Amino acid sequence: MSEGAQTPHADEVESEAEGGPPTEPEGESHVEPVETGADAVVAALKNAGAEYLFGVQGGAIMPVYDALYSESDLNHVTMAHEQGAAHAADAFGIVSGDPGVCMATSGPGATNLVTGLADASMDSDPLIALTGQVPTNFVGNDAFQETDTIGVTAPITKFNYFSSSPDEVGDDVGTAFALADEGRQGPTLVDLPKDVTQGETTREPTKPKTPDTYNPPEEADEDAVEAAADCLMDAEKPVILAGGGVIKGEAWHELYDFATEYEIPVITTMPGIGAFPEDHELSLEMAGMHGTGYANMAITMTDCLLGIGTRFDDRLTGGLDSFAPDAEVIHVDIDPAEISKNVEADYPLLGDASEVIDQLDDAMTRAPKAEEWREQCQTWKDEYPLDYEMPEDRPLKPQYIVEQFDEATDDDAIVTTGVGQHQMWACQYWTYMEPRTWVSSHGLGTMGYGVPASIGAKLAEPDKEVVSFEGDGSFLMTSQELTVAVRENLDITIVVLNNEAIGMVRQWQDGFYGGRHMASQYPWIPEFDKLAEAYGARGWRLEDQENVEETIQEAIEYDGPSVVDVLIDPEENVYPMVPSGGDNGQFALSEDMLDDI
Amino acid sequence: MTGKLPGPSPDERQRPAGRRNEQGIRIDPEVEAEHEPRRAVLSALVEHRPGVLADVSGLFSRRQFNIESLTVGTTTDEDRARMTIVIEEPEPGIEQAKKQLQKLIPVVDVRELEPDAVQRELVILKLNGDEPDKVQAITEMYDGDTLDAGPRTITVEITGDEQKIDDAIDAYAQFGIREVVRTGYASLSRGEQPTAAVNEDGTPKQVTADDD
Repeated sequence: MSEGAQTPHADEVESEAEGGPPTEPEGESHVEPVETGADAVVAALKNAGAEYLFGVQGGAIMPVYDALYSESDLNHVTMAHEQGAAHAADAFGIVSGDPGVCMATSGPGATNLVTGLADASMDSDPLIALTGQVPTNFVGNDAFQETDTIGVTAPITKFNYFSSSPDEVGDDVGTAFALADEGRQGPTLVDLPKDVTQGETTREPTKPKTPDTYNPPEEADEDAVEAAADCLMDAEKPVILAGGGVIKGEAWHELYDFATEYEIPVITTMPGIGAFPEDHELSLEMAGMHGTGYANMAITMTDCLLGIGTRFDDRLTGGLDSFAPDAEVIHVDIDPAEISKNVEADYPLLGDASEVIDQLDDAMTRAPKAEEWREQCQTWKDEYPLDYEMPEDRPLKPQYIVEQFDEATDDDAIVTTGVGQHQMWACQYWTYMEPRTWVSSHGLGTMGYGVPASIGAKLAEPDKEVVSFEGDGSFLMTSQELTVAVRENLDITIVVLNNEAIGMVRQWQDGFYGGRHMASQYPWIPEFDKLAEAYGARGWRLEDQENVEETIQEAIEYDGPSVVDVLIDPEENVYPMVPSGGDNGQFALSEDMLDDI
Repeated sequence: MTGKLPGPSPDERQRPAGRRNEQGIRIDPEVEAEHEPRRAVLSALVEHRPGVLADVSGLFSRRQFNIESLTVGTTTDEDRARMTIVIEEPEPGIEQAKKQLQKLIPVVDVRELEPDAVQRELVILKLNGDEPDKVQAITEMYDGDTLDAGPRTITVEITGDEQKIDDAIDAYAQFGIREVVRTGYASLSRGEQPTAAVNEDGTPKQVTADDD
């Protein structure tokens, strides 16, 4: 945080007065002895290497905040709403690869985290939530701000735990931290009753570690690898489907080497965006509901599909009957429960993505004979380019705006989004070159994800540019987090692709509900540029072609949070499109075509 | 939408020859493969602490696994409890249930038990007490016990496999059954084969070759 002026303890702590994220002091960092459960929680977070905490104060979590009062290694960012805390921590986890930490009090604080936890659970994002809880002797009595947080969050966490003793609470936090990070990443939660955090203990927490009984697979079975390699070598139409697991498993280098050595085209899922450079000739970009025509043709016609770290989500597969129906499927995953959950794996390879790709590489003695197939893929790329019509003056096209921002920023700029049409345009028209530059809500589809996510992303990578694409609907859901971006003086650029509608719903109403626009139009929205200024950010409004490039340049160059409200063509829809449960190979290129498939 | 993306329309495109079924399994389009539900007895060794039962039952309900019975009790290790879960699902559902169970952090090990596993269920029945001699005769026939007898009711217990318990309930029906409670299966694998077990270091105990 730049000034540190808003932290609860800023004026007390000299090390923060100079601004910039505090760096490790030379030698041993200052260690306070543990006196309470809350001290142990803080010690456990430091042990785990946490840097930032995103949260909102409240009654039952106060002891933990109090223990942070004189803590200089952990930077607390006060968010406007706990949902923002969860999304910011989630994005911090996606971008840094290490668990993000969010904090909230009991009751409403904890329930406000729920959407963020569910989001992280769907996307396997490393996230740890610490929630206050009423004192143990009040639990079960419907006390003030009491919610059964463990019960509420059980289905949406990888692990959650009700901490019951000051002596163990530090280790509980350490375990949750380790579990969020190791194996298939995911959200974990520790519920912290006030008497436990206030209770006395002198026990220093141990290093974070997972339980002995937690043993995620590392290397796949050698025979299975051999068989899979044979399948791949014999394939005539091989394709790699790179999922989010390639990024979570830090296997992008292995993937790149493997794909380029054996010349196998690469498709990504949406969370897999960035796993393979999209300007590469082998890249077919994203497949699925709004994937590229060429990716959807390839995934439909392939005879050997190597899926890595993907859960074969229904937005990717469309109807299972027509999903890669000629393909033998090699499925690399660290989670046994993903194997044959949705699509049967002919060759299940359980293990860490980078290890298993290396194993496959060792087992391959030649590249598949797939020259014709690569030519075919290239033909599809030529046949189905992503394209749009450009009017001379107005209305502005969202695709054009996305491309212009891409051009105005570096290759490693980070993109965050909300959910809806703008998110799909950001997928389609931005060329992703690096892993961990695409930060979005994939599985849960959480509108409002983008603004808080951009805060977490920027703090994880302060030197990278962060552009957040939002729809007007998404932006309205969490725009209050702008206050945090202003306070922390974060250099992020928020682009509202404003069509005065919940555009994706409006698109479906046009396609499938006879054009009846029930509750999808927003004719009453505020002027977002002025709203931004009210928060203390910079704001611009774009309505026509004039000024587009200059405004984008200005917004990118402005050193602080900025909002560009872009009035886009309200009629513009996202294509290609595979209707829900449809056949990927039969994607529609326009609304009219939806009727024919 | 003010336009149309370029490219051949759906009817001009290549089509694959194959298909998959609802479970994502490639099938011969001529022969629709059907997976009939079957019954599976799962044994899970779990951490013995509050909330684990809720974790397991919550998993089964939210993933819509069809659960027939679930029993849980302590073991000789005070940190571990054992659950026996009977489900009825098509083969892919049984596989998913096993893997999803194993994925819960407090679940230490999960095995599906062989059909020859030792399994027992207990039923307690409260019957009208009008014909105590006849009730006693049936209780003896089923190796049961009388737990409580009074002027108006007799309460008996029977232990056995599901079939035996169904039969006993049928036999008692003539007297008028006032209340009945069944435990569901408790089960262990037969002979040397471990049920669900872990080594000291937390890794699952090896099963014998013919078990896997």
